[in-house]
Amino acid sequence: MFPIDQYKKMGEIGLLGLPFGTEYEGAGGDYLSYILAVEEISKVDASVGISYSVQTSLNMSAISTYGSEDQKKKYLPDLCTGRKIGSFGLTEPGAGTDAAGVRTVAVKDGDNYILNGQKCFITNSPIADTFVIFAMTDRSKGTKGLSAFIVEKAFPGISIGKIEDKMGIRSAQVGEIIMEDCVVPAENLMGKEGKGFGIAMKTLDGGRIGVAAQALGIAEGAMDHTIAYMKERKQFGRAIHKFQYLQFRMADMKAKIEQARYLVYKAAMDKNNGKPYAESAALAKMVASDCAMEVTTNCVQMHGGYGFIKDYPVERMMRDSKITQIYEGTNEVMRMVISGNMFR
Amino acid sequence: MNIVVCVKQVPDTNEVKIDPVKGTLIRDGVPSIINPDDKNAIEEALRLKDKHGANVTVITMGPPQAEVALKEAIAMGADDAILISDRAFAGSDTLATSRTLAGAITKLDFDIVMAGRQAIDGDTAQVGPGIAESLNLPQVTYVENVEFDGKNLKIRKALEDGYEVLEVQTPCLLTAIDSLNEPRYMQMKNIFTAYDKEVIMWNASDIDVNPEHLGLKGSPTKVKKTWTKETKGSGEIVELPAKEAAAVAISKLKEKHYI
Repeated sequence: MFPIDQYKKMGEIGLLGLPFGTEYEGAGGDYLSYILAVEEISKVDASVGISYSVQTSLNMSAISTYGSEDQKKKYLPDLCTGRKIGSFGLTEPGAGTDAAGVRTVAVKDGDNYILNGQKCFITNSPIADTFVIFAMTDRSKGTKGLSAFIVEKAFPGISIGKIEDKMGIRSAQVGEIIMEDCVVPAENLMGKEGKGFGIAMKTLDGGRIGVAAQALGIAEGAMDHTIAYMKERKQFGRAIHKFQYLQFRMADMKAKIEQARYLVYKAAMDKNNGKPYAESAALAKMVASDCAMEVTTNCVQMHGGYGFIKDYPVERMMRDSKITQIYEGTNEVMRMVISGNMFR
Repeated sequence: MNIVVCVKQVPDTNEVKIDPVKGTLIRDGVPSIINPDDKNAIEEALRLKDKHGANVTVITMGPPQAEVALKEAIAMGADDAILISDRAFAGSDTLATSRTLAGAITKLDFDIVMAGRQAIDGDTAQVGPGIAESLNLPQVTYVENVEFDGKNLKIRKALEDGYEVLEVQTPCLLTAIDSLNEPRYMQMKNIFTAYDKEVIMWNASDIDVNPEHLGLKGSPTKVKKTWTKETKGSGEIVELPAKEAAAVAISKLKEKHYI
């Protein structure tokens, strides 16, 4: 069950709008502060962590960076305060990382665009009010024919399809978006026709820092639980943290977490300081998500049999970690981004 | 309307340990928090502000690091913060503390002074009433509900076995208990403002108080001894029907010549 009431409260105290200006009812904070908040939330609940990151780093960042002043004024205040929930629809059954394969089409019809197509694996879609949707306005141009739209749940022709049953982040709401002659006012086009690909890619760079912070938080949360468990659990007449082999494994995990932390904060600071951050975001996401997977797997091991059962949170954290290596660009794609910068 | 809220930074007693030899609190490494009852006082001031409009000033007497507690109060929504800090205040008991705080509050415009009922480190519940006496203000302690019609306050005061409803004119002093309200969490945007906002620093010369009443000199309380409560041996549990159990209890008490 997604904790919708707590999520709305996050909006009320200003977490969802943390990095946006007070003129849009944001908190007027910076990206690093926001990243720290995603990390803290994810220490406890990675599902809420990703819902938060998708709303703030993807949906709202796209509107804030590429939306017109009218669009920002209309949509950001409700999203900043949690009165509305945001979602970001790029992925389709035939198009994930390869955005040129988007099949959703938008056809201009007077003052409207008519959208037809299907999105899948869209975080927050079952609970969202405000979507950023990518659709082809001219398929013959490939990625240069992709455009971005702000679509409201209330618009005719948009519905939610299947809600996914997942390995981890189980309370996060992830599902399909189906558009059948969905009528979107032309004023809801973001930027210009054909600018969608750039908007999607640059927004995802920021989203990756959010996923990296989520992964970092999961690793730290699992480590905290494991330290507490190792002080309690006795074997051979002593608490298991007294065994040097286990101590050293914990030291190695701590080092992994700190490596990840510096990369995550560095990426957030690059974004703050207006520097290019595609590469630092890719590095942060790759290292932090691998760290989360490794640390949580080891934390389960430290718990022994108790780590494998659902009574202890590390079991969930290990399952939650896996997706951080996959979504918002797999770690293989992160390597493409990093090496691509190298050999340009 | 102007509301002054007195707060204290205290060690989080959920985390605190006691030195078994000296019988004092080990404060090293223990996080500092705003005293819980004081947070209820801040919250009530902020609710009055939200409803009727008010300027809320938080004030604390303490070491320089107590500034953090004031910043938290600003992040909750307080408008101004004053830290009164001076070596001359060291060793203050509850009388000296209340005179010092009163000496600072008297410099401010106020309609309501609020404080928490008591602090979790000292548990005296004397400073709030002490301030009211020093300032010659009517006071209501153990406040569990506040209604304000724009002029007069209607206060529900908790008693051990019920409550009293009192009408109070301003200016007055109220002390809050935890059932008064649920303190709000800090607003993110106020956290950022709190970093920009300066806490006003006052020392002994900035406040209106007789120097003889400050610090150790002005503190008639002398601590004779502190010790930790001895833990009693574990009790004996008898699992018998009520009547038989009572008979066992009586025979045990007779054995020890208590009855």
